[in-house]
Amino acid sequence: MTSVQWKNPVVRWVDSRFPVFSWLHHEYNEYPMPRNCNYLWSFGAISMVMLVTMILTGLFLAMHYTASTTTAFTSVERIMRDVNYGWLIRYVHMNGASFFFIAVYIHIFRGLYYGSYKQPREILWMIGVVIMLLMMATAFMGYVLPWGQMSFWGATVITNLFSAIPLVGEAIVTWLWGGFSVDNATLNRFFALHFVTPFVIFGVVVLHVAALHAPGVGSNNPRGIDMKGPQDAVPFNPYMTVKDSFAIVLFLIVFLGFTFYVPNYLGHPDNYIPANPLVTPPHIVPEWYFLPFYAILRAINFNVLFIDAKLGGVIAMFGAIAVLFVLPFIDRHPVRSARYRPLYRKFFWILVANVIVLGWVGAKPAEQPYVAIGQVATFWYFFHFLVILPWLNFVERPDPLPTSIAEPVLKGGGRLAAGAATAKPMEKA
Amino acid sequence: MAETVSSAPGGHGAHAGETRRDFLYLATAAAGAVGAAAVAWPFIASMNPAADTLALATIDVDLAAIQVGQSITVTWRGKPVFIRHRTAEEIATARAVPVSDLKDPQTDEARVQKAQWLVMVGICTHLGCVPGGQKTSDVKGDYSGWFCPCHGSHYDTSGRIRKGPAPTNLLVPDYRFTNDTSIRIG
Ligand code: HEM
Ligand code: FES
Repeated sequence: MTSVQWKNPVVRWVDSRFPVFSWLHHEYNEYPMPRNCNYLWSFGAISMVMLVTMILTGLFLAMHYTASTTTAFTSVERIMRDVNYGWLIRYVHMNGASFFFIAVYIHIFRGLYYGSYKQPREILWMIGVVIMLLMMATAFMGYVLPWGQMSFWGATVITNLFSAIPLVGEAIVTWLWGGFSVDNATLNRFFALHFVTPFVIFGVVVLHVAALHAPGVGSNNPRGIDMKGPQDAVPFNPYMTVKDSFAIVLFLIVFLGFTFYVPNYLGHPDNYIPANPLVTPPHIVPEWYFLPFYAILRAINFNVLFIDAKLGGVIAMFGAIAVLFVLPFIDRHPVRSARYRPLYRKFFWILVANVIVLGWVGAKPAEQPYVAIGQVATFWYFFHFLVILPWLNFVERPDPLPTSIAEPVLKGGGRLAAGAATAKPMEKA
Repeated sequence: MAETVSSAPGGHGAHAGETRRDFLYLATAAAGAVGAAAVAWPFIASMNPAADTLALATIDVDLAAIQVGQSITVTWRGKPVFIRHRTAEEIATARAVPVSDLKDPQTDEARVQKAQWLVMVGICTHLGCVPGGQKTSDVKGDYSGWFCPCHGSHYDTSGRIRKGPAPTNLLVPDYRFTNDTSIRIG
């Protein structure tokens, strides 16, 4: 860390005792970013903005919301109708959850395409998967709070997944519920947990960024090759601060467009019917961001050896996330970026299409032909990670890699810093 | 200085001290683990059903008003309980099925106390939806009993699983007849 001579005496006094200014300067001012990163690298910053948005709107919702089966639904309606700007705060929170997932899913697929999970970023990636799991738990519990029909039945179906665990399953479900069905005790604990998990996520995000900024790690880039010196990098500020701000504004335009013009487009109308424990809606669907996983859960409708269909579905669903967790140890091909991996590139796009198919099937009723399509797509999902990727480790011959980041960038007319770069093309930092 | 004394290599009584110290380490760690578990337990247990929740666990139902071929749904422990006054025909079909045809083998006799009264928890044993079939207008599935729309489980006139992903028959709760036309569930 280069020590900075701060001009302001107060800053200098504080910094020499608690170097927070030096630290901020190091991490968000001079942090070297590869100069060739594209806008897909802005989705980390966008996700951070969404997390803060969720915490802020959630905090103000919690000032009016009451977690009780008799009043939860009406308190949310009161937020919508009577509380000043309550409609705005709630719609931002509701659509914010969706757009948070959009940002994070793009962020994840960016990592898959450019091999950002590979050495030396394995731990960074695994922390990311943990964040995704925590987000899923948070969003699931948040969706229960308005206590509509989808809230109640979604909570019932998902908590019942744990009953598939042999021997202790039923006891675990009763413990999760705090009773014999999803009820007041369940709603209360979900509210408490929904309030706290975002702050846990915040803490894990700090670890995620620490793992990124760790010495010798740093940001990946579209070429997937390491930075070889200052000619390959630009300082975070102003280059990334400005670029990320622009991306954030574009993203917010789309997000707020939904929030103001079609606030219920991504939701399900049944959630505006108060929860009724005696009547299941004919067609239960989770929120869109869970659909691919829901499709995998339902695809296993047959017994595998001694594992019955119910447990099998649960294992497959959690397995779909577990393979992401261990991905750095499955894909051991030395080349990171799909740009130089012609085979992997094709399979990547097939995987993207496959996940979209899974999402589409997840929204359909459990009937043919959807069940069969879901089974094929589930098979392919695991086949991609467990067979194709290990196979590519052996057979894929990558295209020639550029010798440095600066080289291909400058060939394409990088006039600005060209002097500096050509002067010492391969110098080590 | 204290630090150098405890870490001095080959210091006084190093050999004898090591085993004794190992034992003390282990004992401390074990006591710490037991202590941590003891602290965690009240928190974990507090999430289990509370005394008032358990106290609400029985209800009395008067069956006198239920006509043959009619069903009612009552709430017990927050769950729907289906009570059906079965027709002679329904009883006969339920009893005619060979037990070996069943996914979760159970005779109809084992599922009822009086043949005409079928009492069971109206929760699909798959993932907990409420099957249809209580109202005459409901879809009753391929076996004219109950049908769960969530993932397509079919139950027969004895509430036994016949087709679909549910692993077991609809649960028969503990209940007893308090007189000819009343039952107490729970
Ligand atoms: C990771 C961040 C978060 C996510 C993904 C998230 C997600 C959700 C979702 C999907 C809903 C249901 C919206 C609806 O259909 O009405 C919800 C509701 C709610 N959330 Fe959050 N939330 C987050 C953070 C927070 C925080 C930090 C708080 C409190 C400090 C909070 C408080 C609430 C409250 C009170 C409701 C119920 C009101 C309502 O339904 O609009 N949330 N949340
Ligand atoms: S919950 Fe009834 S079939 Fe799945």
